[in-house]
Amino acid sequence: MHILLRGRDIPNIKQLDVYEAHGGFDGLRKSLAMTPDQVIDVVKASGLRGRGGAGFPTGVKWSFIPQHEPIKYVTVNADESETGTFKDREIMEENPYQLIEGSLICAYAIQAKAVYIYLRGEFWDIGEQLDACIAALREENLVGENILGSGYDCEVYTHLGAGAYICGEESALLNSLEGYLGQPRVRPPFPAQKGGGLYKEATVVNNVETLANVPFIMTEGAPAFKAIGTEQSAGNKIYCVSGHVKRPGNYELPMGTTFRELLYEQAGGPLHDDRPFKAMLPSGGSGPIVPLTDEVLDTRMSYEDCAGIGTIIGSASIIIMDETVDMTWVASKVTKFFKHESCGKCTPCREGTYWLDKVIDRILDGRGTADDVKRIADVAENMAGTTLCALGDFAANPIIHTIRHFPDDFAQHVQA
Amino acid sequence: MAIIGNPKYEQRIERHLAKYETKRSAVMPLLYIAQEEYGWVNSDGIGEVAQILNLDPTQVKSIAGFYTMYSEKPKGKYWLQVCTDLPCALQGADDFHAWLKDELGVDEGGTTDDGLFTVEHVMCLAACDKAPMLQCNFRYVEELDQNKMRQLLAKWRSEANGRG
Ligand SMILES: Cc1cc2nc3c(=O)[nH]c(=O)nc-3n(C[C@H](O)[C@H](O)[C@H](O)COP(=O)(O)O)c2cc1C
Ligand code: SF4
Ligand code: FES
Repeated sequence: MHILLRGRDIPNIKQLDVYEAHGGFDGLRKSLAMTPDQVIDVVKASGLRGRGGAGFPTGVKWSFIPQHEPIKYVTVNADESETGTFKDREIMEENPYQLIEGSLICAYAIQAKAVYIYLRGEFWDIGEQLDACIAALREENLVGENILGSGYDCEVYTHLGAGAYICGEESALLNSLEGYLGQPRVRPPFPAQKGGGLYKEATVVNNVETLANVPFIMTEGAPAFKAIGTEQSAGNKIYCVSGHVKRPGNYELPMGTTFRELLYEQAGGPLHDDRPFKAMLPSGGSGPIVPLTDEVLDTRMSYEDCAGIGTIIGSASIIIMDETVDMTWVASKVTKFFKHESCGKCTPCREGTYWLDKVIDRILDGRGTADDVKRIADVAENMAGTTLCALGDFAANPIIHTIRHFPDDFAQHVQA
Repeated sequence: MAIIGNPKYEQRIERHLAKYETKRSAVMPLLYIAQEEYGWVNSDGIGEVAQILNLDPTQVKSIAGFYTMYSEKPKGKYWLQVCTDLPCALQGADDFHAWLKDELGVDEGGTTDDGLFTVEHVMCLAACDKAPMLQCNFRYVEELDQNKMRQLLAKWRSEANGRG
């Protein structure tokens, strides 16, 4: 059963009357009848963790917002620019009201005055659809002043980015929304603190998928949500499968499902029957690559189990590569992404990605040496942990882990 | 024309200014309007956006330069952005991109002599299960192959000629 991709089960759920006929806005109604603190407690008890990559407990994040501050905001991260990620797009295209309802519940829980949905610029048509949804909700007194007679006021707006992966990083997103360069901020103060959020006010930033889970949690209750998944990873997750499988696409399954179930039963196995799987990037370009061994295939897709195999589930943008793929080429592709997307603010990230890209190109051209391979591994190791935001760490991952797991793929290109 | 005083944009500009706490926040939506009016973000557009928001034109220019979706030079009538990021490349997007440049006789980022097509490669567009794919003037065109692309190019050519 889908909790998130309900557009697949219920035709026209993107229309307000259909959404409401299927329980839509019951979660908000129920929340408005509770105190904000009670709503936060339910979300805490559900075990919901952020789906934007880091997996931070959502209710805990909301509880960081200082109650006494008069002005607070919710910002929805709909930047969806991680390589291999296309889940938020389907939620917003096919089930937009559920995202808005989840955002409004979050807004009520922290008593925010407004919600800003930050969409990647390419999603302008989704932005138009969301604007139409917001207008329809205003007619029904579900957005605006005195929502459903509760005395609570909240506005919802959309904002379009313009092509910059870094704006998915929450503090860069806030800068971009304020009309400054979309570069990360020095923290503290964190977005949840006065001085660190949107317009310097305390702000919750949550991913689209995270918030789309909230209406279910409020209507069905925290235990129903917690019953799905594993001990530390509750609920369903949307897995975006791309690359060398027969049926690439989004799959919504409980957390804790094995990679084998996802890749073979759901996605149909290797694209070409005679070309076995070789490697997997489970969290787009930014998480560590792993060889697709039996041990990995039998691993459960949860925060805790993926740590056990040296990687992360992150946003679950699962990119699959078969035996024909050269991991030096993969390292090059991913490095080019981070070189292009580095915002340039810190030297190790700006210069490091530039230099790594140059040397990998040289290796791929057959002009590299074994020393070059060692050197890029060193540079990557030194980049990690030295930068203002996590992009610097992300950029180190493809180098460190392709070389660690697939040394032969590099050795074949270089003279000793 | 211009964007200031242009009835086509008046309401949209007002709506964007009303959305945010500060005028400055409206710089991104206003830059899109400038791009729509002039076809690219030229100095006239930058000047007008700066004037509306009480900003310095150099500030507006640096914002425009930070983002890839604001074009700082004129593009072809059809701006084709092919995704060649890893998942698409695993499905043949690099070859498709090379073929398309060849078919149109342009280099990366180049525009055809008739001014119709600009070809560029871009990073992941969140359509990785529909590769190869591209955006034409920011509209998604998915699950492409050479045949389908040839038909699209022909359609766009006749569309352009039809309109004179
Ligand atoms: C370079 C970078 C890019 C990111 N891109 C995204 C993104 O596109 N979408 C997203 O939801 N989170 C992204 N994040 C994570 C956000 O910073 C933030 O943790 C997230 O939006 C929090 O929401 P969550 O707790 O609901 O996951 C990115 C982080 C970094 C460092
Ligand atoms: S690590 Fe890279 S992307 Fe992040 S702030 Fe520094 S330069 Fe910018
Ligand atoms: S890699 Fe091309 S759309 Fe994601």
